[in-house]
Amino acid sequence: MTQTTKNFVYFAIMAGLLVAVGVIQSWSVSLSIFNLCLISAVMALGVNMQWGYAGLFNVGMMGFAAIGGVAAMLVSMPPVTAAWANGGGDLMMSGLMVVVTVLAIILILRKMPKGKKRNYTIAAAVIAGYFLIRHFYDPAVGAIESTEAAKYGYLGGLGMPILFSWIIGGLFAAGAAWLIGKISLGLRADYLAIATLGISEIVIAILKNEDWLTRGVKNVTGLPRPVPYEVDLQASEWFINLSATFGADPIEASSIFVKLCYTVLFMVVLGVILYLSERALNSPWGRMMRAIRDRRDAASAMGKDVKARHLQIFVIGSAVVGIAGAMLTTLDGQFTPGTYNPLRYTFLIWVMVIVGGSGNNWGAVLGGFVIWFLWVEAEPIGLFVMEVVTSGMDDGSALKAHLIESAAHMRMIMMGSILLLVMRFSPKGLMPEVVRHHD
Amino acid sequence: MSFLIGENMIGGYGSADNILKGCTLSVERGQIAVIVGPNGAGKSTGMKAVFGMLNLREGSVKLDGKDITNLKPQERVNIGMAFVPQTHNVFGGMSVEENLIIGAYRREDDFSDTMAQVYDLFPILKEKRHQPAGELSGGQRQQVAVGRALMTQPSVLMLDEPTAGVSPIVMDELFDRIIEIRNSGIAILMVEQNARQALNIADVGYVLVNGSNRFTDTGQALLENPEVRKSFLGG
Amino acid sequence: MEDILNSIILLANFVIVPGMTYGSQLALGALGVTLIYGILRFSNFAHGETMAFGTMITIMVTWFMQSVGISFGPLPTALLALPFGAAAAVAIVLFSDRVVYKYYREKKSNAVFFLIASIGIMFVMNGIVRFIIGPKEQRFADGERFIIKAREFKQMTGLSEGLTIKMTQGLTVVITIIVVYALFRFLQHSKMGRAMRAYSDNEDLALLSGINPEKVVKITWAIAAVLATIAGVLYGLDKSFKPFTYFQLLLPIFAAAIVGGVGNPIGAILGGFVIAFSEVTVTYAYKKFLKYLAPEGMEPDSLMQLLSTDYKFAVSFIILVVVLLVRPTGILKGRVLE
Ligand SMILES: Nc1ncnc2c1ncn2[C@@H]1O[C@H](COP(=O)(O)OP(=O)(O)OP(=O)(O)O)[C@@H](O)[C@H]1O
Ligand SMILES: [Mg+2]
Repeated sequence: MTQTTKNFVYFAIMAGLLVAVGVIQSWSVSLSIFNLCLISAVMALGVNMQWGYAGLFNVGMMGFAAIGGVAAMLVSMPPVTAAWANGGGDLMMSGLMVVVTVLAIILILRKMPKGKKRNYTIAAAVIAGYFLIRHFYDPAVGAIESTEAAKYGYLGGLGMPILFSWIIGGLFAAGAAWLIGKISLGLRADYLAIATLGISEIVIAILKNEDWLTRGVKNVTGLPRPVPYEVDLQASEWFINLSATFGADPIEASSIFVKLCYTVLFMVVLGVILYLSERALNSPWGRMMRAIRDRRDAASAMGKDVKARHLQIFVIGSAVVGIAGAMLTTLDGQFTPGTYNPLRYTFLIWVMVIVGGSGNNWGAVLGGFVIWFLWVEAEPIGLFVMEVVTSGMDDGSALKAHLIESAAHMRMIMMGSILLLVMRFSPKGLMPEVVRHHD
Repeated sequence: MSFLIGENMIGGYGSADNILKGCTLSVERGQIAVIVGPNGAGKSTGMKAVFGMLNLREGSVKLDGKDITNLKPQERVNIGMAFVPQTHNVFGGMSVEENLIIGAYRREDDFSDTMAQVYDLFPILKEKRHQPAGELSGGQRQQVAVGRALMTQPSVLMLDEPTAGVSPIVMDELFDRIIEIRNSGIAILMVEQNARQALNIADVGYVLVNGSNRFTDTGQALLENPEVRKSFLGG
Repeated sequence: MEDILNSIILLANFVIVPGMTYGSQLALGALGVTLIYGILRFSNFAHGETMAFGTMITIMVTWFMQSVGISFGPLPTALLALPFGAAAAVAIVLFSDRVVYKYYREKKSNAVFFLIASIGIMFVMNGIVRFIIGPKEQRFADGERFIIKAREFKQMTGLSEGLTIKMTQGLTVVITIIVVYALFRFLQHSKMGRAMRAYSDNEDLALLSGINPEKVVKITWAIAAVLATIAGVLYGLDKSFKPFTYFQLLLPIFAAAIVGGVGNPIGAILGGFVIAFSEVTVTYAYKKFLKYLAPEGMEPDSLMQLLSTDYKFAVSFIILVVVLLVRPTGILKGRVLE
């Protein structure tokens, strides 16, 4: 089989699996999986740009996805005017103090000669700034968080359509990535990994604890949707008629219809990003990236500015992950900072890229599909296996209960094994990178 | 039949697998064999090949009549071969004494007398024995490297440019020590950049060019050979 | 005068004792990471899971011992069970080396592939631990709870501040001292320890000296697994065992290893304490402490806490980044590859 037919077969099998789930479980489940497959594919594309094109080892995806997620919440939720009235002024002031402190530091750096004296002055500025910021920040936070704490207790958002947030989320993530990249891109691969892992933990810590901004672990639920609500559909004439023509139950049909709407939106995004990625990969820019990845020394000797290129791709890849994060929060309809977990949001995406085939965009998409599908279906499969295994056991036995209860954790073992097996026996992934020879 | 011989060796590194193009190196007990040649000729590669640090596509290595082509470097240590590489030839973070102790890693017997011999040979090492080897001068480091190799009580000592980066005086010193080592009956195979001086003490000399033997003769004969003088000894 | 004593006790109680304890735990963890790095030359992302695995087995053996009535007097039963946990951790780590890492070693793969492989191992071990013991929190400390109780201390000294030292805290420090001493004796003076250092220093030359690399690698894994189990058990006794917490410990442990100078065992210990004390001092609320020292009428009314405890990970991380930028070799010079 040529690689092209193989690829076709892979995607066909994937489609077949989704159809099978539709038939065996339900179409609603199948669509849910498919939607998350699409989002996973977008995330995997972002990682693939960094790792596959440029060889950057970023394990901070969770942070960028969460930044996208918080963007979705901040863009779409209506502002809480009472909270702004109570604490907005002080908060602005503390923001101003941040700016003043930063400016002061920049000024010191510019105006004073290098040396001990400058370091002490900077330290003094940082300490003074810290207390100034706290002076306004603490009362502001207190005031905001006590504004109808049960319902709000935060500033709310901008009240704009949530679809905007997909762009804003990307921009937020890009901004964060620029900052992080500036600091950490010079580091060796494993230090970069640890640095990005740490930063993503900090991002989550902030989102979890700055209640005035995100309500923290109290979550923000009921984000406005970009698609119709099921209840509205069920009440509208045209939809009842439509579902009647398919002979479907309007309630079930409405749920499927909503999911299909998301599917269309996600497919558009995935399509656009995939198209652009392919264009970029095969442009002179993409070739240069890969040249840098494969022969870093030679490339820098040829006068390519390796660090600037890496920063570019780091920002772009992270932005894509941010977009996916915003899409995910949109789909969930709620922002829940407590649910971000690096295994699910960072390392799983890595498994997708490596299994799919690093350096190959279609491979990343395939990996996103396959791995997400397995991740979700591992649970029922694991449960089924455990039930078969334990069928001989006594119904009341503690071991049986334990085994069935623990079946869900099988998927961790499965994911690790898949990663290790692919690395070992098919290190280029399902769809290997296409090495084109131009010029 | 030579004590140690690498015969018609063809091989190299990974994709660059034709660095050696059928080169032959050999040495007898109690002899010094010197390999000279231009930079990049494959001298170090030839040494590594003899020590089993790269795979030969063709050719064989024999020690005392036994074929050892397929032995790993560690196993060659066991049968009495010792190698001092051209670079990174000491444990920089460890003391001089520890470098010597590591040299005797394979030995189960009491090696204190070997260590005393090494200190006799290189008295400066005894003085500096608690200092990290990485903090010594270039010449002292080379002595540590040779000393470490001697700790295994080898029957063959292979040295890749032992005098690299040392002053002429120290070089003469080192050569004297190497002659002493030879006189104790050890076979010495060494690569040298200072061709004239090295050939002076050599029993056998090889001029290696582009991965194969260009000239092979006694050290003295090579020194007198006008062609060798013109191309490799600077007139 | 009494105010000053009180303030010192207060600080000892809430900063020094917890800092020493946590620092010891991090130091043990970081030693494992640093040994693996020095010998196998990669950052092992599965180290937190190794800790969790060894601790889990220890907990289960502890339960078993408790159920058959074995106890260790005033000391936690878990200490008796620890060798079993450590042995299990050694076994699983050697197994993973045999089936996974060895292949890449023979292929001389780039360090990043080892790192990715360790992520795979991390997933698998994570799953195994959750599968066997579940994701929930477990407490398994028994025996005497305190070495010094606050009330007794107050009675003894007549001060208004009490000092509490938990048994687990004392044990942590004592065991760490013993383990570190033994490890350094081993590394400095035993034949194998010397071979390990030589291998870490100059791999090729170690081979030329007849050192068997596979043996060095195996011993290193075994030591790292034992250290990880000890660190994990001490942490679990002191706080509690929860698989996810152990995964998260990876960050301060890495930070400790790198800050101290990765590949350098003394650095790992130093790094552990630097990270622990930074976390504790930055997140401690100094209100009461300052109240003792401030002149009448000048007492602070806020908590005087620099950073909320929720951000303690941020502290280790910021130190890590600063060190990486200012002195990439770490405080004590570690190995800088590439
Ligand atoms: N590890 C390696 N991988 C690939 N090629 C190598 C490697 N080491 C050396 N070479 C190549 O093999 C050739 C011979 O190198 P070698 O080091 O044997 O030369 P040499 O004669 O010892 O030179 P010098 O006098 O500079 O030490 C060179 O062209 C070099 O580029
Ligand atoms: Mg050479």
